[in-house]
Amino acid sequence: MPIQLEVRAVTVAYGGNPVVAEVSFVLVEGTIGCLLGPSGCGKTTLLRAIAGFEPVTAGEIWLHGRRVSAPGQTLAPEQRRVGMVFQDFALFPHLTVAGNIGFGLRGASRAGRRARVGELLELVGMADAAQRYPHQLSGGMQQRVALARAMAPRPEVLLLDEPFSSMDTELREGLAREVRELLKRDGITAILVTHDQLEAFAMADQIAVLGGGRVHQWGTGFGLYHEPADRFVADFIGQGVLLTGTVVDDLRVKTELGRVAGTRPHGLPQGQAVEVLIRPDDMLYDESSPRRATVVGRAFRGAEYLYTLKLGSGTQVLCLVPSHHQHALGDDIGVRLEADHLVVFPV
Amino acid sequence: MSDLAAPSPYPAAKATATARGWWGPGITALALTLALPVLVVIGFLFVPSGEVWQHLADTVLADYVTNSLLLMAGVTLGTLIGGVGTAWLTSMCRFPGRGFFEWALLLPMAMPAYIIAYTYTGLLDFAGPVQTSLRALTGWGYGGYWFPQVRSLTGAAVMLSLVLYPYVYLLSRAAFLGQSLCVLDVSRTLGNGPWRTFFTVALPLARPAIVAGLSLALMETLADYGTVQYFGVATFTTGIFRTWFGLGSAPAAAQLSAVLLGFVLVLILVERFSRRRARYHHTSQREQAIQRHRLTGWRAAAAFGFCLIPVLFGFLIPAGQLAWWAATIARTAYDTAFFALVLHTLALAAGTALLALLLALVLGYGRRLYPSRAVRASVRVAGLGYAVPGTVIAIGVLIPFAWLDRGIDNWMQATFGVSTGLLLSGTLAALIFAYLVRFLAVALQTVEAGLGKIRPSMDEAGRSLGYRPGEVLRRVHIPMLRGSLLTALLLVFVDVLKELPATLVLRPFNFNTLAVRAYELASDERLADCAPAALTIVLAGLLPVILLSRSITRSRDADTA
Repeated sequence: MPIQLEVRAVTVAYGGNPVVAEVSFVLVEGTIGCLLGPSGCGKTTLLRAIAGFEPVTAGEIWLHGRRVSAPGQTLAPEQRRVGMVFQDFALFPHLTVAGNIGFGLRGASRAGRRARVGELLELVGMADAAQRYPHQLSGGMQQRVALARAMAPRPEVLLLDEPFSSMDTELREGLAREVRELLKRDGITAILVTHDQLEAFAMADQIAVLGGGRVHQWGTGFGLYHEPADRFVADFIGQGVLLTGTVVDDLRVKTELGRVAGTRPHGLPQGQAVEVLIRPDDMLYDESSPRRATVVGRAFRGAEYLYTLKLGSGTQVLCLVPSHHQHALGDDIGVRLEADHLVVFPV
Repeated sequence: MSDLAAPSPYPAAKATATARGWWGPGITALALTLALPVLVVIGFLFVPSGEVWQHLADTVLADYVTNSLLLMAGVTLGTLIGGVGTAWLTSMCRFPGRGFFEWALLLPMAMPAYIIAYTYTGLLDFAGPVQTSLRALTGWGYGGYWFPQVRSLTGAAVMLSLVLYPYVYLLSRAAFLGQSLCVLDVSRTLGNGPWRTFFTVALPLARPAIVAGLSLALMETLADYGTVQYFGVATFTTGIFRTWFGLGSAPAAAQLSAVLLGFVLVLILVERFSRRRARYHHTSQREQAIQRHRLTGWRAAAAFGFCLIPVLFGFLIPAGQLAWWAATIARTAYDTAFFALVLHTLALAAGTALLALLLALVLGYGRRLYPSRAVRASVRVAGLGYAVPGTVIAIGVLIPFAWLDRGIDNWMQATFGVSTGLLLSGTLAALIFAYLVRFLAVALQTVEAGLGKIRPSMDEAGRSLGYRPGEVLRRVHIPMLRGSLLTALLLVFVDVLKELPATLVLRPFNFNTLAVRAYELASDERLADCAPAALTIVLAGLLPVILLSRSITRSRDADTA
């Protein structure tokens, strides 16, 4: 697969203050990447640099074999062949749905334009609404029009800037999956910017976790959750606590909750004091277990309860338990640690 | 009407590194050109003008300053009482006719001060209908009774107040409506009556807005030429004319203009400062239907009378008088010459309005693309003209154009032996340039307010879909701004139609506009004959007033909804 987008050690700074610092990644054709991070991590700035709205201070951006950004050289956005879906959709209020979708098809013949607009209307399921105006559409419909408009000129890469942030939380994941299918069907290379990890998991093939302007980890959702590269990723993705322990050997660590074993060597010397990442799903409720913990907090999640448990040492851990097991605050319950992945950080 | 532009709810679109090209330098050059007249006038502060200035300083300068200050004092008094009082009554009280007055109080805005001055002179002069019937009724003879002299400084202050109070009315009305009702309610529950609440709470809260409105009215007062000239009150504007045409001294006229600009500058600063404070005086944003205090009996009648006076004397009576005069001479007045005059005045106003709109779009959009410090400063400078009196702009245009003409002429004579004479001075180009300097701000503010409501992501969407900035302007912004653009066109159009002093100075030989024609006829004491031209100006002036009152009615509907 050819490389569609390459970001090489890109830094974007305002007045000497780097917002994006030496970020590099590569996206091959047809993949969906994601820039995931808390607000202020530089993800939107990076996206805007790829679109050509922000100049880069250092590094280069290559798009389909063409260098589009370098210090002092910024190819105009209109010459980059990037499509962009904006957070507020930015539909043109004076144009119909069809007019919006056809807006970027400059130079196309009348028939060619109509054919492409029809194709996209069909693709996003908006054929019935072609002659309506943006203000007559629901949020979800507006979003599909925004997507179709950005896809219409067949961009080299499609950039999505928090496209679901104005949607109801319940709808987001479903929409993300829906959009993913649309993009995959057309083999479109895309980058999604979001702070919502569930959205990122639902939509992206590859996720870059950004914090403080740099990429902390680049990988799949599964990898980020179970094998976070550093504390920042461990903290930002999913829930969990860090439990102190000591290295037993290259695969095992001893903690208050017993030994935890991984499948890959962690390379730390024996006896080294470490912290082990414990996910709520690593903690199992087991009445027969000799290890006890006190319930100090609980949150009902529908199918499960998320309990906060206090261990003998006073350390608190999280534990996910099917919701038909009800425990009151102050109850002493039996727990067992069962982790497939060992994530340790030296103290 | 500059005061109605809403602040932009969005931060300025960020400059993109790719928005290079001619926008930045072009805007700076344009702004400098538009600032040229003011710069020329200020520049003359450093040019010695010798005896003429000394002569002026010894003789009339003190009069100019005194009269201008007295006039401003009179207008302050008149517009404050009229503007704040009516604003309070219509926004906070309920009495018969309130809904009508809410918009009718704007009507006098359609009346240029010099036109109202002509009509009242015709009405109240010795030979006018009022004194004639008074004599017929009482049998008094000439000199046997006292009657107020219209053509006086007091008269001028009254005339100006009658047409300028709507500035104060509009801004203080908005302030009263924007005030948190809770604050007023709290005052009432603490045992203050409506009067006490007004003076101790509402008025202090609205003060910045009132001051902003007042400074606009005072800028217009300083800019007035037609009224004071007709009434023989020696102020700066008439003084500048006399120095230029009577004494033939360009440097002295420019220096007088610079002193006048100093007055204006103070007003601009006061206005800016008050406006900034006004923003912080909105104590709550809660939308709430206003519970208006209900007036009955003599109170209702008094409120009705108080609101009626400015509408009656500021619009109904003078408009009626003009209509009457126009009707009496209708058979002869509306000839082909008159319609030709109307036609080319309209063409001039429309052409200027279009140009102003174009420049406003370039400046406003350029500033959006490129909010660099230089560009922002340039756009602000280009928009300063609205505060500068037409007389000052005329002097500031005439001097450099004459200098340029002489330069071209000398060069042509030296090189080709041909004399080109006056190429630019005394042409429509000079006149239109002066109009643009003065009225561009009106278009610019309207356009910028409209642009401010377009989210920056619209620009970016257009760019990412393959359009250059100019194309995005044409295909996205202009269609979205249609309403604002029409308003801007209309406002400049009417302002040009009403403009008098700059037109008097700069018009080409034998070229007349309606305003100049009315002025000439009135100066010849042919007051009835000036009515058709004056009435046409007033009718055109009604258009923006209708726009304004419609927006007021709309906001009222929103209040009660």
